This record gives sequence, structure tokens and C-alpha cells, in this order.
Amino acid sequence: MHACSRWCGLAAMVSLLVILARMPAVEAQASDYTVMSREGAQQLPTRMVGGQEMFALDDLARLFDLTVREDTLAGGLTVSTKTQTIVLTPGQALASVAGRLISLPAPPARDGRSWFVPVDFVARALAPALGSRVELRKPSRLILTGEVRVPRVAGAIAPQGTLARLTLDVAPATPHSVSQDGARLLIRFEADALDASLPVSTTPELISAVRRAEGAPMLVVDLGPRFGSFRSSELPGERGATRIIVDVLPLTSPTPEPPPGAPGAAAPPMPDPPPLLDLAPPGGLRTVVIDAGHGGDEEGARGPDGTLEKDVTLSVAKRLKAALESRLGLRVILTRDSDQTVGLDERAAVANNNKADLFISLHANASLRPAASGAEVFYLSLAEYGDQAERVARGESEALPVFGGGTRDIEVILWEMAQARYIEQSALLAQAIEAALREHVPMSPRAIQQAPFRVLVGANMPAVLVEMAFITNPDQERQLKSDTFQTSLVRALVDSVGRFRDGRSTESSTPAPATNRARGPGAPR
Amino acid sequence: MTRRTAVILAIGVVAIASTWFLLRALQRGDRSQPTGGPVNPASAAAATGQKITATLYFVSEDGLSLAGVRREVPFSEDVFDQARHVLEAQLGPAPEPFVSAIPSGTTLRSLYLTERGDAFVDLSADARTKHTGGSIDELFTVYAIVDALTVNLPAITRVQILVEGKEVDTLAGHVDLRHPLQKNLQWVRAEKDES
Repeated sequence: MHACSRWCGLAAMVSLLVILARMPAVEAQASDYTVMSREGAQQLPTRMVGGQEMFALDDLARLFDLTVREDTLAGGLTVSTKTQTIVLTPGQALASVAGRLISLPAPPARDGRSWFVPVDFVARALAPALGSRVELRKPSRLILTGEVRVPRVAGAIAPQGTLARLTLDVAPATPHSVSQDGARLLIRFEADALDASLPVSTTPELISAVRRAEGAPMLVVDLGPRFGSFRSSELPGERGATRIIVDVLPLTSPTPEPPPGAPGAAAPPMPDPPPLLDLAPPGGLRTVVIDAGHGGDEEGARGPDGTLEKDVTLSVAKRLKAALESRLGLRVILTRDSDQTVGLDERAAVANNNKADLFISLHANASLRPAASGAEVFYLSLAEYGDQAERVARGESEALPVFGGGTRDIEVILWEMAQARYIEQSALLAQAIEAALREHVPMSPRAIQQAPFRVLVGANMPAVLVEMAFITNPDQERQLKSDTFQTSLVRALVDSVGRFRDGRSTESSTPAPATNRARGPGAPR
Repeated sequence: MTRRTAVILAIGVVAIASTWFLLRALQRGDRSQPTGGPVNPASAAAATGQKITATLYFVSEDGLSLAGVRREVPFSEDVFDQARHVLEAQLGPAPEPFVSAIPSGTTLRSLYLTERGDAFVDLSADARTKHTGGSIDELFTVYAIVDALTVNLPAITRVQILVEGKEVDTLAGHVDLRHPLQKNLQWVRAEKDES
């Protein structure tokens, strides 16, 4: 009997181990992500598998219209969008997106007939494959798609003498209004939803609570019993963010107060609280310089109908600036914002002096042949700049030769070496732009080229020159002037900058994801 | 062998050697020192009437590449003169169905060669003022000249374009002309014989 119980216990333990071993490594179910588009919101469940939070590929396929195929012979998985294919290999924390390898935090995992992929798969593989905006916000468990506007909002409440100050940081900057509705203030945003992290009131006499309004992109400030009046102001923030300040004043105030909400009733300058939002974008991409080609006396090319290249480039540059700021939250600087002559060296200097992370020069092409058409993307060729530039590109920058002792030569070498250091990144940026443009506008048969372009030489960051279309082609001249075509160009360029940023983020975060967030502003270089 | 025969043989050897050295010196002459100066159109005509086939570059029918076209140009043993003949042909009209990559009216003002194999091609102001302004056309203008010289004259390895005797940043705002450029055939399609 004793022996029997011992054997029975052993058998039970073995059975349990066998059962445990046969169970998938699914550990727990975490809370859902919300996928938001202009059409609405849908829930996307996650599971913890092997210590990694993962999405089921079937769920992603349903939401993003993907086709998932398992190759049982080769042991691979293919995830196809309408235009691109992602290849996953079980056991490998890698994915191939249109032939380009990207890393994942963990290999895909299997549970019965379902496959799971890490949450980061969405940002690193799916977004570039889809070619449209797919923004993963892990802290708020959101995935934003398409043109949906969901600004991040973070708030703080602090007493300022007799008044209470509500500070709201909003990224990207979003048009809003502040109004009083009885015993509450309403802060309405021109957005589809809010990704808000709201403060707890420490001054209940004036502000009893700050909360989200149900079903509207609006915050409600519940006012306390001592509320007398309010005033609001807005300050520009860093990297496309804005800071809204709402001062709530008590009934009796030692100084005369302006009427509620009166224009010009801005709060007096006071020490700013530190930024409430972590605005450090992934990949260290913060500042982009957009160079509107030509300008002023330099008209550039001219179309058969008289359209000037300098006007088209300025128009697209301005629109691109607005789109990059609002959609990607980047700081964008134009080398010119009006019809003015700017030297080629000055253009690169604007980028260098502002420590830009990308330099994109916009141009319209011209040909002696009116039929020539299509967009082209150029990055610098180093061959024309001799051995010094090639050595710098290979990372041999310490061997800095200075020949002749002439001041000009020294300057030329330094400027030329600036771009040489970034030539591989410039090639990647050119590829990202070419791929995105191809989805939106006609491309030239030679869509990516290298050339010794003067404006790129001195840029101390990844730099490309985009020829958006041939202005000498009558059809393309009309397109270049049209709102539709310019919108397509801007969309493609914003997408490509986003993809380039995500690619850099992937590369920099793979070995040690935590270090990426801790990087300082100068870290990328 | 008689003494007379030996003297005749020695004279013959000396004559052959002298001729060989003279020819070598003539060939080297253009590379041994900076050569060049303003181009005199009257002297540009080949004195001998001999021709060689050179490859010249013109804008293709689709406007997106340069077409290499083999064309006869006056022959000269002198590198400087030969370079001038090639350039003058390159600046001339294009054969059908091609068009010239060089803005109309552009003339060759001067040409200089250095012993390092650098050629300095000084063009008239039309090269800038009459340019279409497109980056691809600017590449074609520049590399039609650079490639015409470097492909046809192995002694020339790099070419810098000047305008009205001065160094220029670019012709139309794109291609860096601040220093000599080397042969670059990435925009060139297959060659054709001029019909």
C-alpha cells in the first residue's frame, strides 16, 4: 500500500509535468490595447508569453487586413499586406520586411493553432509594411492608425499664491478652447480623442477635479466652492508640443482681476514646471530641416506654363513642416519661409546650427525632354570628394589630412567630411523616402541616385535631395501646383520620416531598450 | 662587316632612337607642364585632316540618361589639341534623335591641362544663364563634358568646369563644381554610332 501510494504520487507528478509541458507558454492575459482610426476604436487583446506581451497574429490580420500563411515545410510564417510581405521565423527574434531585416524583442510564439508576436511587431514590422501611419503608444496602450488625431495630454495642478494653476502639456500642439459652463471649465480639443494623464487636485477649494468628458475630446475642470474667475494662456512647447495654463482665481482677490476669459488676460510669467510629457521621440529624431530649393533671385527651373520651381518647393516645404509637427511631433525648421535667396552653404548651416537630425532638400526637376517625368531621390556620392571623404565614411576620421595650409581647403575638407560620416544613414533615408513616394506619386525609372550635390555636402546629418516631379512636363507641372499632388507628396514624406525614425529606434533599442529613453539630446551623434 | 657598314648601321640606330625619343617627348609634352590658354577657333581646325572616333554624350530621347555617340573628330597627337577637338565636338549640335546637354550658345573660352591629369574647361556664361535649372539636366551638362574628356583621353583623369574664367559653385544650383570631377558613367546608356 505504501509502495502503491508512492508510485501513484510519482505517476501523478509525472502526469502533471507532462500536462504542464504540453500547455502553451501563455502566462497571463494582460489588458487590451485600443486600436483607433477615424472610423472608431477596436479592442486588441494581448497575452503574456514567455515574459513578453504579445498580440495574436489572427487579431492583427483581422484589424489590418493581413494574410497570414504558415509554411510548414520551411517552418516560416508570412504576413502579407496588400503590397508588402513580412517573413517571420519561429525561434528567431527577427522579421524580414520587404527584404530588410528588423529585430524583435522575442521570437513569434505558438499557442495551439494561433501564432503570437511581440507588441513591438506592430511598430517595427507592421507599420513599415503597411506604409501608412500605425503608431504604437505602449504607455497608454493605444495603436493609432491613419489620420486619427489623439494628442497626448499630461497635467499638473499647483497653488500659485492665492490662485490654483492647472498646467496641461499637449503633444502635438492641438487647437483648443477653454470656456466656463456653470461650475466647471470645459477644455475642448480639435481632436478625435485624448490620450490624457490627468492630475489629482491639491487645491480642492478652487479645482475639485480634472477629468475626461465622456465621449468627447474634452477635459472637464470641476471648480471648487471658492472659484471666482479664470484666465487661460498658451505657451509654445518643445518639439511641436504646447503648454496650456489655466489659472483659477478665488472669489476675493488682492488684485483686480480681468473678466473671465477676457482676451489678453494671460497669466503672468512664472517658473515653468518641468515638461509633463516625455517628448523624447524614439530613434533620437527630434529636429528636421526642410530645405525649399532655390528662392529669391535663384528661380530654379520653370515649367512650360510659367510655374517656378522656387514657388512649388516653398509651398510643399511649408505644408510638410505643418504635417511633420502635427503628426510626428517633430521640431521642423525651414531654410527659408518666403521668396528669398539663400546660399547653398547657408542651407546646410541652418541644419547644422540647429543640430537637425535630418535634412531634406525639396526640388522640382527639369529636362530638355518634356516627356521626362517622375520623382527621384538623391543622396551624396563620395567618389567626387576624394580619399579623405571615403576614409571618414569608413570611420577613419582621426587621419585628417590638411594639405597646402590654405584656409579654404581646410574648410572644404571639413564640410565635405560632415556628410561623409552619414552616408549610410542618408542611403537609408533615401530608400525610405523612395519607398513611400512610390506609394503616392509617379517615380522616375531611376528613383534613387547618388550625385555630388552641393547642398548635401556640408550637412552634418543624414541628408537627401528630393526631386518631386519634372516641372518641364506639362502634366507634372499641373500636378506640382495642385493641392492633391502636394498632399500626396507631404503624406509620403511624413510616412518616410516616420519609418526612418522607427527604423533607427529599432536599431538603437534592440540591444538595451531602456537606454534609448535615457539618451540625451545629442546622443544620436 | 666593313667599317662603312658599321657606321651606316650606327647612324641608322641613332636616327631611329632620336625619332622614338622625339615622338615620346611630343606625347608627354602636354603632361609635363601646365598647358593651355584661350582657344583660337581658327587653329582648332585639324591641319592634317586625320580623324579619330571619339565618344560624345548627348541627352537621350527619354531625357533620363546620356547616350554615348561615336563620332569622328579631328585627330591630333597633342593631348591639349585633341582635348580641344573633343570638347568642341561635344559643345556642338547633337545628332538626331538626341539633344545637346550643353545650354545653347555655350562656347569653350579656354582649356588648361595640368601634369596631374586635371583639365580645366572654361565655358562662356551661357552655360549658367541658359541652363534649364533641373538637377538631372545639370548632371548631364557636367558629365557630358567630364566623360567626353576622361573617356576619350586617358591622360585626363579629372575635369573642373569654370565659367567666364572663374571657379563656380554650381551651374544651376545642384552639382558641386568647386573641384575637379572624375569620370562617372552612371547616367550613360549604351553607345551608338552616329548614322
